[in-house]
Amino acid sequence: MPEHTFRVNGEQVTVDVADDVRLLWVLRDILGITGPKYGCGVNVCKACTSHLNGVAVSPCAIPVGELRPADEVTTIEGLAATVGRELHPMQQAWLDQDVVQCGYCQPGQIMAAVDLVRRAAAQGRAITDADLDSLRNICRCGTYFRIREAIKAGARNM
Amino acid sequence: MSEHIGRRRFLGYVLAAPTLVTAAELSLAPASAAVPSAEITELLDLNDLMTVAALPTSGLISVAVNADGTVSFALPRAEVGQGITTSSAMLIAEELSVPLSRVRITLADARPELLFNQLTGGSNTTIATYTPIRVAAAIARSRLLQAAAGVLGAAPGDLTLAAGVVTDRSGRGVDIGALAQRAASAQTGQVAVELTPRESFTVIGRPTNRIDALEAVTGRKKFAMDLAVPGALPTMVCRPPTINGKVGSVANLAEVRAMAGVTDVVTIATGVAVRAQTFGQCIDAVRALRVTWRAGTAEGKSDASVLRELELAEIPLGLRPPTPVVEGKFTFHFRSNGAVEPNCAIADVRADRAEIWSALKSPIVAQETIAARLGLPVGRVTVHVAEGGGSFGRKLFFDAALEAAEVSQRIGKPVKLMWHRADDFRQGRAHPMATSRVRIAYLGDAVLSYTQRHTSVATDLGHGLGEIITAFAAQLPVGDIGFAETFFQLSQNMPYEFGLNSRLLSEVDKGFNTGSMRNVYSPDVACARELMVDQLAARRGRDPYQMRRAYLRDDRAKAVLEKVAQVGNWGRAMPAGMAQGIAFHAEYKSVSAALVEIDCRPETVNRPIRDGVAGPRVTRVVFAVDVGLAVNPRGLEAQMMGGIMDGIALALTSGLHLRDGYFLESSWDNYFYTRQWNTPPDLKIIVMPSTSENPGGAGELGVAASVAAVACAYGRATGVMPTTFPINHATLSFVPKPTVPPIPASPIDGATAAR
Ligand code: FES
Ligand code: FES
Repeated sequence: MPEHTFRVNGEQVTVDVADDVRLLWVLRDILGITGPKYGCGVNVCKACTSHLNGVAVSPCAIPVGELRPADEVTTIEGLAATVGRELHPMQQAWLDQDVVQCGYCQPGQIMAAVDLVRRAAAQGRAITDADLDSLRNICRCGTYFRIREAIKAGARNM
Repeated sequence: MSEHIGRRRFLGYVLAAPTLVTAAELSLAPASAAVPSAEITELLDLNDLMTVAALPTSGLISVAVNADGTVSFALPRAEVGQGITTSSAMLIAEELSVPLSRVRITLADARPELLFNQLTGGSNTTIATYTPIRVAAAIARSRLLQAAAGVLGAAPGDLTLAAGVVTDRSGRGVDIGALAQRAASAQTGQVAVELTPRESFTVIGRPTNRIDALEAVTGRKKFAMDLAVPGALPTMVCRPPTINGKVGSVANLAEVRAMAGVTDVVTIATGVAVRAQTFGQCIDAVRALRVTWRAGTAEGKSDASVLRELELAEIPLGLRPPTPVVEGKFTFHFRSNGAVEPNCAIADVRADRAEIWSALKSPIVAQETIAARLGLPVGRVTVHVAEGGGSFGRKLFFDAALEAAEVSQRIGKPVKLMWHRADDFRQGRAHPMATSRVRIAYLGDAVLSYTQRHTSVATDLGHGLGEIITAFAAQLPVGDIGFAETFFQLSQNMPYEFGLNSRLLSEVDKGFNTGSMRNVYSPDVACARELMVDQLAARRGRDPYQMRRAYLRDDRAKAVLEKVAQVGNWGRAMPAGMAQGIAFHAEYKSVSAALVEIDCRPETVNRPIRDGVAGPRVTRVVFAVDVGLAVNPRGLEAQMMGGIMDGIALALTSGLHLRDGYFLESSWDNYFYTRQWNTPPDLKIIVMPSTSENPGGAGELGVAASVAAVACAYGRATGVMPTTFPINHATLSFVPKPTVPPIPASPIDGATAAR
């Protein structure tokens, strides 16, 4: 079986698995990194959202064979380390707003939120209601309103 | 039981154990069933029934104080997001005077000795555990004070326990951890204890963040599929193209067994199971299977044919009275109660024993059913209750656990079984399709009668709650009726003084996989009721708010309605195409009211949304809730928020389309649960000051008033009362995925697609 080498949360990993196995399963079933969740497997619910080279992606729809040795995958477990802290400001905002209900969707929500704020910042602007409306992550517990509040608060500290 | 022996004095136990363990029976004094009346839920509601049911059989729940100064408690309920681990920890922190951070709550394994009393449903957890948990904690506190008296050489009355430390008058302190062993008992004995009076509470009633939030936001919180059980490899099931179809034959078993990563392929009752190194390889194998299927239990059925079945089963409204009436008929389509975490379970079945891990709200029924299926004694089946990724009624059942056990037994290996999202929508349980007919008769200012006939595809209650109701139905003042009707009667309540009140349920067709969805009958029943209240107001030229207020029966009800009207500025002018709606609902010993503003203008309804439904936008919600006593107002607010999002979904966008014996929906871009673009940008939830010594239920409460207020607002904004829900059901807003293979291929655009 082919070997694939890439980076996850700051460490180089090598896995031995077919090219077309999607990254989500490599993370969860082979590497035991279970922060990214399965909610659909078809790039819709965004529960698996993680970052690839700093950009939000859906690992359930990325064949592992696409990854190169220098590619850096960041899951929720590695988010805080990207800012050299115990908690990323967005995670702190999530705690402050007490966003979480069951919590199943929340790793994906936080990773998507960080990406959204970075994209707005790259355009030199603050988060708008339209930005918040554009988030596709499902939360069946209906935490949407607190998510909106947390993103605005987290953005101020990013 | 924690028998009430005078004001605030209760009996509990200290248990024989090496460390301090105190306990109480998990039950409360029953509300006595008195004479039958027109409004049965005032005497006895579903929550009383669930509490009464527990009385003769309940076991103990216990609180342990550990040497490291922590306090542990195994909650015999399922945490699925509703916040009961946090509120339970608060009860212990209050009575034991320990910081919340020292309280460790776990979920108890199935405990068959608890019989009826390990079911998480009916929004009953806080109602049922509020006193017993506090009694156990209060006994621990008194034992710790006694033990400290020995250590510090002072009378217990001269000691104070605060923040986990016992201190004497001179300021010398000893941590409860250091006292835990000394406070332990060699014998089990009964102890009387006083509980902290409500006016002295410092923890209960204080808005508190969830105790598991840090775990959740760091990805460390473990759900069933995150557990590392040795050898439990990913497993999925190839399912039939129609609801409950059966496997005929499999053409290419050997070929699929030889696929990369695949370890086992086996036919089970519900399909063909595949076990592999990764779920990705399970998906590929499921898609590769060539199966001949036999007919299911809803073969050829469609929304239209089920609607005809319902119409044939409708109980007539009766003779039309000679007075003026308003009448309406409403249709509620099938809806999914699936959570983001799909049905899933881990099973490790050996020749003489089995172990199961799953988020289960009725673990005892699961344990008994799985034991019977495996041919093992109940005592040889251990059922661990995992943290659940949402439930909404779905986790009252254990469909995945039963399958996982079957697969593990057949192949003799542990399995980690998960449903694909498409399975979850197409074969998973649904809230049944229903119609509701309402007639209100009036004359002048008087409302003479209210009649409602609810007709529904059968709701499967076979998860334990049904057994509770069956066992007690005969003792209730409702005559000899089935448990679905009993459940219906006990969960419904007529909040308005509308004269003679009559409501009846009739059910048809057991061919569907159904279950209670959050708030069960009430979202539909209340939506129909509140729309007709608006009709009545319109007919009589009265204001919808003022008329509701005039007819509401009790002060708590009036207070929440007045609150939303006042905070929401009821009656304010709005542009054409926008309107306010107001609605009320009472259940679980709680009352709630919602005021909604909706924007139905074409430019809003038709705003572009990629792969989603825009539709009318709820721009603002004001919601007031009185649960009697709110243990954790912040958690209560969260539950109301979730209920509001559910209400918006049920009214506007969320429904399943039945065609040719299967549901067309297979992904979250087909089943339109509320998304950010449907979320009200302005939301205010008001937790009313406590009006009672005891908490009411909250987990499901928010849905009914919300769906009704959205429907009423929509009707007022468009000038047309909606009669079919969700309102967009007639338009299919997606292209259905094929049913063979049953699950879609994994896309490859995860790094490149638009976010
Ligand atoms: S699991 Fe990846 S988007 Fe749903
Ligand atoms: S918190 Fe439960 S799905 Fe979002």
